[in-house]
Amino acid sequence: MKKHHVSTTINGDEVDFLCETSETLLDVLRDHLHLTGAKEGCGTGDCGACSVTLDGVLVCSCLVLGVEAEGKEIETIEGMADGDELHPLQRKFVEHIALQCGICTPGLLISARSLLEKNPNPTEEEVRFGLAGNLCRCTGYQNIIEAVMDAAQEMRGA
Amino acid sequence: MGMKPSPFGTQIPYEEKELKVVGSNPEARPDAVDKVTGKARYAADINLPGQLTGKVLRSPHAHARIKSIDASEAEKLKGVKAVICRDDLPDMPVMHAAAGEIMVNFRDVTRTIMAREKALFDGHPVAAVAATSESIAKAALKLIKVEYEVLPHVIDVVDAMKPDAPLLHEDQITKGVEPTPEKPSNIAAQMVSKLGDIEEGFEQADLVVEREFNTKAAHQGYIEPHASLAIYTEGGNAEVWTSTQGHFLIRAQIAEILEMDISRVKVTPAELGGGFGGKNMIYLEPLAIVLSKKSGRPVKMVMTRDEVFRASGPTSGTNIIIKIGITKGGKITAAQAILNYQSGCFPGSSLPLCTPTAFTRYDIANVLVIGNDVTCNRPKVTAYRSPGAPMIAFGVETVMDEIAEELNIDRLEIRLMNAAKEGTQTHFGPKLGPIGFIETLEAAKAHNHMKEKLGPNQGRGIATGFWNTLGMETSATLNVNQDGTASLIYGTVDVAGGMRTAYSQIVAEELGIPFKKVRAIQSDTSSLGFNFTTAGSRGTAAGGMAAVKASRDAITRMCEVAARIWEVELDQVVWEDGHARPASSNVGEFEPLSLAEIAMKAGFYGGTIAGHAEINVTGGGPGFGTHLVDVEVDRETGAVKLLRYTIIQDAGKAVFPEYVKAQFHGAAVQGIGLALNEEYIYDENGVMANPGFLDYRMPVASDIPVIDTQIVEVPNPNHPYGIRGVGEVPIIPPLAAISNAIYDAVGIRMRDHPMSPPKVLAALDEAAPATAAE
Ligand code: FES
Ligand code: FES
Repeated sequence: MKKHHVSTTINGDEVDFLCETSETLLDVLRDHLHLTGAKEGCGTGDCGACSVTLDGVLVCSCLVLGVEAEGKEIETIEGMADGDELHPLQRKFVEHIALQCGICTPGLLISARSLLEKNPNPTEEEVRFGLAGNLCRCTGYQNIIEAVMDAAQEMRGA
Repeated sequence: MGMKPSPFGTQIPYEEKELKVVGSNPEARPDAVDKVTGKARYAADINLPGQLTGKVLRSPHAHARIKSIDASEAEKLKGVKAVICRDDLPDMPVMHAAAGEIMVNFRDVTRTIMAREKALFDGHPVAAVAATSESIAKAALKLIKVEYEVLPHVIDVVDAMKPDAPLLHEDQITKGVEPTPEKPSNIAAQMVSKLGDIEEGFEQADLVVEREFNTKAAHQGYIEPHASLAIYTEGGNAEVWTSTQGHFLIRAQIAEILEMDISRVKVTPAELGGGFGGKNMIYLEPLAIVLSKKSGRPVKMVMTRDEVFRASGPTSGTNIIIKIGITKGGKITAAQAILNYQSGCFPGSSLPLCTPTAFTRYDIANVLVIGNDVTCNRPKVTAYRSPGAPMIAFGVETVMDEIAEELNIDRLEIRLMNAAKEGTQTHFGPKLGPIGFIETLEAAKAHNHMKEKLGPNQGRGIATGFWNTLGMETSATLNVNQDGTASLIYGTVDVAGGMRTAYSQIVAEELGIPFKKVRAIQSDTSSLGFNFTTAGSRGTAAGGMAAVKASRDAITRMCEVAARIWEVELDQVVWEDGHARPASSNVGEFEPLSLAEIAMKAGFYGGTIAGHAEINVTGGGPGFGTHLVDVEVDRETGAVKLLRYTIIQDAGKAVFPEYVKAQFHGAAVQGIGLALNEEYIYDENGVMANPGFLDYRMPVASDIPVIDTQIVEVPNPNHPYGIRGVGEVPIIPPLAAISNAIYDAVGIRMRDHPMSPPKVLAALDEAAPATAAE
């Protein structure tokens, strides 16, 4: 099968890859580039485990084709921490036990970061609705909501 | 539960003492940073050089005879390296074994992973391919020609029990009934649990209430689809990385199914992306091995969500009839349950596990529980967090509320009046030891939740739950390293990060060293003795007991080293606060030796220090819980909104309290999803109509209110730290609690699950004329 050559920036690095027309960005990230932090929970846009940002916009990478990433900037969970320094959301997830099995966690963190970029001072209800596209089967969400609220407060410098 | 405890089991009595590490929350869990940075390695994240992609062809029919399979065109496709079907797997005789909490029969297991004579459900594997890319593998599946003779099918459990129902197994005679039936049926087995004299019990009653309940099948819903990577080497060995709750069990199943020696199979459990009972069974593993053997290359297989729904899990859909008799004074005299459970395409529902839970929360002299295990054209059911129990509690706790209302007794009071306590005779055999059920009810009574005011169309529900804690074979090794750190090698899979933390806490407590100096590492099957799978809430309790035993074994070794250094006898040395010390001043004047000092010198004084545990734990303790929920029912749409939720449960001893609460949250929200929305839907052809997260609606963050939790601690007398299992109990009450709250809000009794808007609306409409007439 003939492949396409695609040039992108991923977590600040220039990255080129080859992919089939039908391959999703998630396939490319996981199978070709070995960035396995984004997870496939459904492949149909219903679980949010594959969340990444594309030019700053939150997307389900299972719904984006690899070829659509041409010239775009992609941010994945692998780029969230600054070296050893965890992002406040990551730190608060650890602190609040906002993860159990952890399979949903990368997607939730990317979604939560996008949410706080748009709304740095959300109410609890806004966080619950803002993260409603991310399924978690282990935690019952409570500690996730607490972690995001706490991180938001810290990030506002309050 | 379900499995007989070994007479040679290990119990270590509860020791009341001051604790430094156990019972407090460690600063961070050892697995958490890898999980928030995307570094944790799940099965689908692992790759081997030269690996192929494996894919499964599945039956589109609910029930069909497989007349022929022709893979010749698929084999010719460029990039296809192997195709397998029923002929590539050995047939198996009838042979029973435990797979997690559920028993399996290898004759059926081999037919579940790959159909032989018949396809028995929509999604049943009929062939598999390995190819150089996913797109080629998918193209190859389309080229496999399967000739089916479509047969009549049966999906519903009540329909499947009818005498004229289509039969899945033409030679299946019901087991457990006298006299043995002559005609085959879909009722694979009948199980009975009884106590006292049920007839007499009902005669003593002033009020008898009998109600029928129906629940739909539901999936465990783990976000990580099943994934396996396998390599078969020329030497006849197989190595597998897989998503599983129990790698030793998976290894045994693989060896059996593929007729290999257990020693030739090595299974490494990857970080697990959720299991909840659904990852105790082999699905992809043997297929990947056979494809690897045939192709000579590693093969990786990952299910799609559609495949997960159609062909893994789920829990039984049920038809349940509950009958309870009670005196005017509020004493229950008799209780009866008829439990008709779907087992899926082969026998083996969770009935042996959940039957004991039916009435065990209450002290009742006369009990009869009859369970029917019914085959139907669905995937073979597997365990799902307290398998089968939430549905029985749905019935029992709803009838309890009806009785309370009829007798004008408070709902909590009627439960307290009949509550099981130490010494209560259960209907499944033993008498209960010390338990904390009454404590949870009393805590509920005193809880602030009970004081919250309710508005119009709002109501409060109460329900309780019970689940036992499994023990089983557990092995662990504790290595004391030269630098004074300790590595606990454990083999009971840590399903979600809490267990390895709790193990480290326990080892730190035992050895008297800081939590940070201990690391718990999950073994593969080659570096430790057999461990049973993580099921029956056994993880922290059983694995924790092994950690205690291994630690104490290592302490003895360290005392031996100290005795050699001091040239005294072993019994003249004691271990205290992370140091070996002379047992008394008579022994001599010796400076205490720290663990680090001993570890450094051990090589010369007898060899490296390690402690072992290879035990069968029988000291699991029963767990009880009480839930409170407030709901608001929208009379226009039938939508049920949760306003607040409270979970109170006896944990025996919470090793890592915040994590125990997190387990409560997660289990309760699964129960809430089950109550409000989750159900398997089949079309008229027996094809699953909602095999995706869009239509199989699991709870999202905005569906859930703030949850309050309260841990009650009545120590388990047979565990050194008093631990009881906590993971399963909290999924049991929500179904009943929500149904009771709906009644309290709008006066309708929901006896058909799920309590989704259309069902609630229909019930409201049905009740409307009556309400208007009042
Ligand atoms: S995998 Fe993309 S939304 Fe589920
Ligand atoms: S932590 Fe397991 S799915 Fe969210």
